Amino acid sequence: MIRDARLIAMKDLRIEKSSRVLTTQVLPFGFIVLILFGFGVSPDRRVVGDANRSVLTEVAPGLFWIAVLFAALLAFGRSFAVESTDGSLDALRLAGIDPAGIFLGKAAAVFLQLIILEVLLGVGAVVLFNVQLAAPLLLIAVVIATTVAISATGTLYGALAAGQSARDTLVPLLVLPALSPVLLGATRATESALYGPTSDGWPVAGLVAAFALLYTAAGIVSFGLLLDET
Amino acid sequence: MNDATLGTASKVTTRLGFLTLAVGVVFLAYALFISPPEISQADSVRLFYIHVPAAIVSLYLAFGVTAVGSAIYLWKGSQFWDLVAWASAEIGVLFCAFTLVTGMLWGRPTWGVYWTWDARLTSTAITFILFLGYLAVRRLDMPADVRSRRAAVLGIISFLNVIIVRYSVAWWRSLHQGATLNPADIQIDDSMLFSFFLGAVFESLVFAWLLIHRFRIGWLETQLESAGIDAAIEERRAEGAQ
Repeated sequence: MIRDARLIAMKDLRIEKSSRVLTTQVLPFGFIVLILFGFGVSPDRRVVGDANRSVLTEVAPGLFWIAVLFAALLAFGRSFAVESTDGSLDALRLAGIDPAGIFLGKAAAVFLQLIILEVLLGVGAVVLFNVQLAAPLLLIAVVIATTVAISATGTLYGALAAGQSARDTLVPLLVLPALSPVLLGATRATESALYGPTSDGWPVAGLVAAFALLYTAAGIVSFGLLLDET
Repeated sequence: MNDATLGTASKVTTRLGFLTLAVGVVFLAYALFISPPEISQADSVRLFYIHVPAAIVSLYLAFGVTAVGSAIYLWKGSQFWDLVAWASAEIGVLFCAFTLVTGMLWGRPTWGVYWTWDARLTSTAITFILFLGYLAVRRLDMPADVRSRRAAVLGIISFLNVIIVRYSVAWWRSLHQGATLNPADIQIDDSMLFSFFLGAVFESLVFAWLLIHRFRIGWLETQLESAGIDAAIEERRAEGAQ
């Protein structure tokens, strides 16, 4: 299973390396979303009762994760678009690759791409939203837990809609409500990593990690059912 | 197929339908006239008698049946449970929409707004969208057994999602404010309690009645598909014989 997963992940990352869809399309998309949030919230608006704090900085953690979610939707679409031609998923199954391995491999490839995306978008958010960092360890934990949750969920739902002309519209409809608890948790934990107190953030990061494990397990168990006879 | 199997009604559904109507009449009498208005909410409390049972029927009964039906389908592969899961989800979405609308109508005179970011309200809205996604998958254009299998996996996951979403939203709101209103704290009159009970019975009956009809529609659709294939084969054979 793990060996198969590594093969699939390496394959997807090689495709990304040669096509560069992430860096040339998804990343700029994430940046424009961040900039548009600035337009939507207005950077001059101040927190009521505290003229030194801007609303934009206060809500930056939530905006950052929403931007990541939107960009991740494109990454899921891409992850299954590369399998949609020439019966590629069937070929993988015929080659004797474990479906759980396919799930883990594709999720791992999405995970790595999203981590790179989040680091770059994070730099963008720090610059654009004037964010200060208080607890880097908590932030790293939140980012990893959230990204595992997003990748596992997206890969699972991506397979549900695989081979479908309606895939591009269906995946967001399925993924976004399912990930709403993750968005809540990630935002709360990131807020406490940025503005403290960190003691509030750790249990929340734990909850997000539990969600990530649950979805990873669900994907391992159900991927065979989803891929058969597609 | 003879004519009798082409409808969605049967003796059972007709009787169930009349029973539902009879309970409905008694329920309306209690909910609208016999039970007293509440002290602080006055007559708007009467919306509760349909609102709360609708929420219970959709979130627990209907989506629960979908999850159980999906699990049995994956286990046994029986078309019956696949169609039950589908029918139940569709009616659950209907009741869920009804819950949201009656909740907002109740919220406007009581809280002064249609929407507050109340935990139950918010999580019900997300649940509604989760199962709209399930229904979208049921409409995908692909081989029936592949679609059924994917829908079954999604049906189980969606029900788990309902539980996760409800807890996470409740926890999220508890950081900001106390429970907006806890119906259990309110002193309740016996006839009010009875109205609740009647509402729950009435809406469960409506659910059961709709479920049987919706199941038959699903079953007839699959029959029609296979009948269509049979007819096409017959046609080709007739062509070949000429």
